[in-house]
Amino acid sequence: MTVPDVAFGIIAAAMVLATIGVVTVRNVVHAALYLVIVLAGVAAQYILLTAEFVAWVQVLIYIGAIIVLFLFGIMLTRAPMSNDPDLDNPPGVRLPALVVAIFLLGVLASLLGDAFGKTELEGITPTTTATVGDAIFQNYVIPFEVVSMLLLAALIGAVVIAKRD
Amino acid sequence: MMLNQFLFLGAFLFCAGVYGVVARRNGVLVLMSVELMLNAVSLNFVAFSAHLNDVAGQVFALFVIAIAAAEVGVGLAIVLLIYRNRVSINLDELDTLKG
Repeated sequence: MTVPDVAFGIIAAAMVLATIGVVTVRNVVHAALYLVIVLAGVAAQYILLTAEFVAWVQVLIYIGAIIVLFLFGIMLTRAPMSNDPDLDNPPGVRLPALVVAIFLLGVLASLLGDAFGKTELEGITPTTTATVGDAIFQNYVIPFEVVSMLLLAALIGAVVIAKRD
Repeated sequence: MMLNQFLFLGAFLFCAGVYGVVARRNGVLVLMSVELMLNAVSLNFVAFSAHLNDVAGQVFALFVIAIAAAEVGVGLAIVLLIYRNRVSINLDELDTLKG
């Protein structure tokens, strides 16, 4: 067991518990806070994979912006702050959902174990922000521009949808 | 480190997201579950980027993050509009199109 393995184990355990919290807890604000733990854990895994630029973008955009949007959404829809059984579908829907999710996890896990069971991640060369920037502005400049158009469309769309008329 | 440990974690996040989308009733919580699924995909992108020593995976993880931001913006606007019209964001009550 090396240091990155131990770090992975601790972070992954926290992420798994927090993920279960996000999809089961009976309080909207607690779900949002559990989501913060999951997103921070994903950022930590990016650091372990030496993708530090993606990790900081994850922290800035997800934890900084998207969680705040969620909290605004919770506030504006006047979600009850105490335990609310109304947040979940009835057990007749939850049980099939659980079966589907566990089945999917089993299929994915067996496929991944079959395909990459012995693949070691060794000798990762750390990527610098300069490398990522070069790749974006040389090879992927057209998708980058398309994303900017998409963000503009989403901005206008959100304003038009939420506008009080 | 094995490649698989990251892929298994991503698979778990994705399956939890699938469960959340189906089992949750509140619109905001469904959007949170969608975020879980998007994060699982980004984690896979970055893990394969490290495995293949190719920066493209990280670039696409950044694109996924940008698209997730746009998706949440529009999604929450829709949820607010539903709340304004129906004073509830329980998704199973939105059955106007049902025959």
